[in-house]
Amino acid sequence: MQISTDITSSSVSAEQEHHGHPDFRIFGVVLFLIAEGMIFLGLFSAFLIYRSMIPVWPPEGTPELETLLPGINSIILISSSFVMHQGQAAIKKNDVAGLRLWFGITALMGAIFLAGQLYEYFHLEFGLTTNLFASSFYVLTGFHGLHVTVGLLLILCVLWRSQRPNHYSSQSHFGVEAAELYWHFVDVVWVILFILVYLL
Amino acid sequence: MTAAISATKQRKWQDYFTFCTDHKVIGIQYLVSSFFFYFIGGIFAEIMRTELATPEPDLVSPELYNQLLTLHGTIMIFLWIVPAAAGFANYLIPLMVGAEDMAFPRLNALAFWINPPAGVLLLSSFFVGAPQSGWTSYPPLSLLSGKWGEEFWILSILLIGTSSILGAINFITTILKMRIPDMDIHSMPLFCWAMLASSALALLSTPVLAAALVLLSFDLIIGTNFFNPAGGGNPIVYQHLFWFYSHPAVYIMILPFFGIISEVLPVHSRKPIFGYRAIAYSSLAISFLGLIVWAHHMFTSGTPGWLRMFFMATTMLIAVPTGIKIFSWCATLWGGKLNLNTSLLFGIGFVSSFLIGGLSGVMIASVPFDIHVHDTYFIVAHFHYVLFGGSVLGLYAGVYHWFPKMTGRMVNETLGRIHFVMSFIGLNVTFLPMHELGLMGMNRRIALYDLEFQPLNLISTIGSYILATSTIPFIINVIWSLNKGTQAERNPWRSLTLEWQTSSPPAIENFSEPPVLWSGPYEYGIDSESIESESVQDLLTEVASEG
Repeated sequence: MQISTDITSSSVSAEQEHHGHPDFRIFGVVLFLIAEGMIFLGLFSAFLIYRSMIPVWPPEGTPELETLLPGINSIILISSSFVMHQGQAAIKKNDVAGLRLWFGITALMGAIFLAGQLYEYFHLEFGLTTNLFASSFYVLTGFHGLHVTVGLLLILCVLWRSQRPNHYSSQSHFGVEAAELYWHFVDVVWVILFILVYLL
Repeated sequence: MTAAISATKQRKWQDYFTFCTDHKVIGIQYLVSSFFFYFIGGIFAEIMRTELATPEPDLVSPELYNQLLTLHGTIMIFLWIVPAAAGFANYLIPLMVGAEDMAFPRLNALAFWINPPAGVLLLSSFFVGAPQSGWTSYPPLSLLSGKWGEEFWILSILLIGTSSILGAINFITTILKMRIPDMDIHSMPLFCWAMLASSALALLSTPVLAAALVLLSFDLIIGTNFFNPAGGGNPIVYQHLFWFYSHPAVYIMILPFFGIISEVLPVHSRKPIFGYRAIAYSSLAISFLGLIVWAHHMFTSGTPGWLRMFFMATTMLIAVPTGIKIFSWCATLWGGKLNLNTSLLFGIGFVSSFLIGGLSGVMIASVPFDIHVHDTYFIVAHFHYVLFGGSVLGLYAGVYHWFPKMTGRMVNETLGRIHFVMSFIGLNVTFLPMHELGLMGMNRRIALYDLEFQPLNLISTIGSYILATSTIPFIINVIWSLNKGTQAERNPWRSLTLEWQTSSPPAIENFSEPPVLWSGPYEYGIDSESIESESVQDLLTEVASEG
């Protein structure tokens, strides 16, 4: 009996050579995202308990949240997931230029989202310690913003690595897939967050 | 099977102080560092027990007592038993599934190296006023007693939590994706099942604790009011988030040792494990139930009656999968040819002590009884029977069982038996009287108590000294055996799991030839002629002649 003799082709990285299952790294990323999801679940649960505890929500005297800017921001972020997917489709056809183009656009959209969020923060009329609503708002959106920033760094990392010859190919593009999964995760969390915080 | 030390390359001692990605090095790093923290946590416990020998707070100030109490709990949970389990898992899982290493070796090394700085950070909180609000750190108390000590505590737990999550990702991926092709999920050792269940819990619940601690940190540093009732916040929200992690955490602390016991008992009683699938699936059942019972810690926190009923019923249900395990272990021992060495003694000690902790657990799952004994020494007795009588004895069973594999040397059985006898007596003398103290109404977490509680407290303190002394023969044994112990064979126990197919200690690449799997890990008494591999045939013939 031999261990992992079937995947020692040149397309597989050195680290992967030892292992028998090529999909194990993506599996690890999915597990990581489950853990991340549980942090948000904890925060969302706390938010919902506070909401149910306080009869008037947001508490009286809290300035209304604008929904236009975050709405546009949401559309940009959600669309960016589809844009990004084009990048992965491109690298599956060995089209590195396509990968760079689509990932570049995604990065730009992510940056616009972050800029929009910062703009919103500077124009809000309540602070982090104003009341429970304000604190929850900043913690939830801020924590999500932090994740968008990490996602953006991952995309930039992919773009930087894609400059190396033959780094990504149709056979080997774990980094691309991992960044994309992370970005989709950040998007899904935003949809839930937007509904909970802005719409309900 | 007389092959002794492999001629292949072995690790040097310096490797154990580096960012080494070899899972065996990381396993030893986890084990040794967790024993270091066990020592510190133990000293804190002894100071507290000495203080409690008399009713007056005469040895340490009440503030210092609170600090020792907080750090004792925190260290024993987060820096001793959880990382010690990770140590065994790191060392054993790749060997047991026939892999060369963990799925993510660099992530693995990172997960370990987060821990020592976190431990140092926790201990250094003494310089800024160590936290005093207990290992649960309930607000609003934790918001009142020393800001920076509390913040150090939070940061330290966040770091250890991160390490725990990274470890869990690695264990699950390795167990599910790295097995040799012939090993299906129902032929992997039960320790792998236990780690799978434990890691799933760590993965799902630790992040929720992180969320709670981040919010608590905001309250402390920035002045938000998530958990501060004075500012409109709700401390009960913290309790829900905290126990959503910390209840499953008790299973994160015990499941790996259930796994270890399931390895130790069949090998040393020369019997196939009774109810392999029942034990495997009951681990998963415990994981699932562990996630939905957290509020039984909050029966006295104003939880509505109907909710208390739900949490009472689900908590009691956990006795079913746990009972399945206990009966399966007893059935494994039944009629076996018991080799009563130190490892098996600790194994049997584990089953009997854990049983006491489990039974008192069912008692306090019951709302009326819990309300009576809540925050008394009955609870302290319960969780020490589970965590010391369970996890720690299980851990020692594992240390004695795998010592030959890890070091290439046999342990001294006489010293081992002295260690066991002292531990077992010490544990019962220390923790058994606490049940009565709790029923009499003695509160936990206090340095000052009523005179009527003194006799039992004194017995408990004497027990704790026996317990502390019991580690001396252990330490002597480890140091002596490492240097002078008899050289271990490849498979001194004639065990059938894969880790025994390689040299003792294993070479850097784990297996010099690909490990061969036969029908299952616990088939003692199987007909060896049905096996193709000659080396396995030899082993099975030997096993059959012995057992």
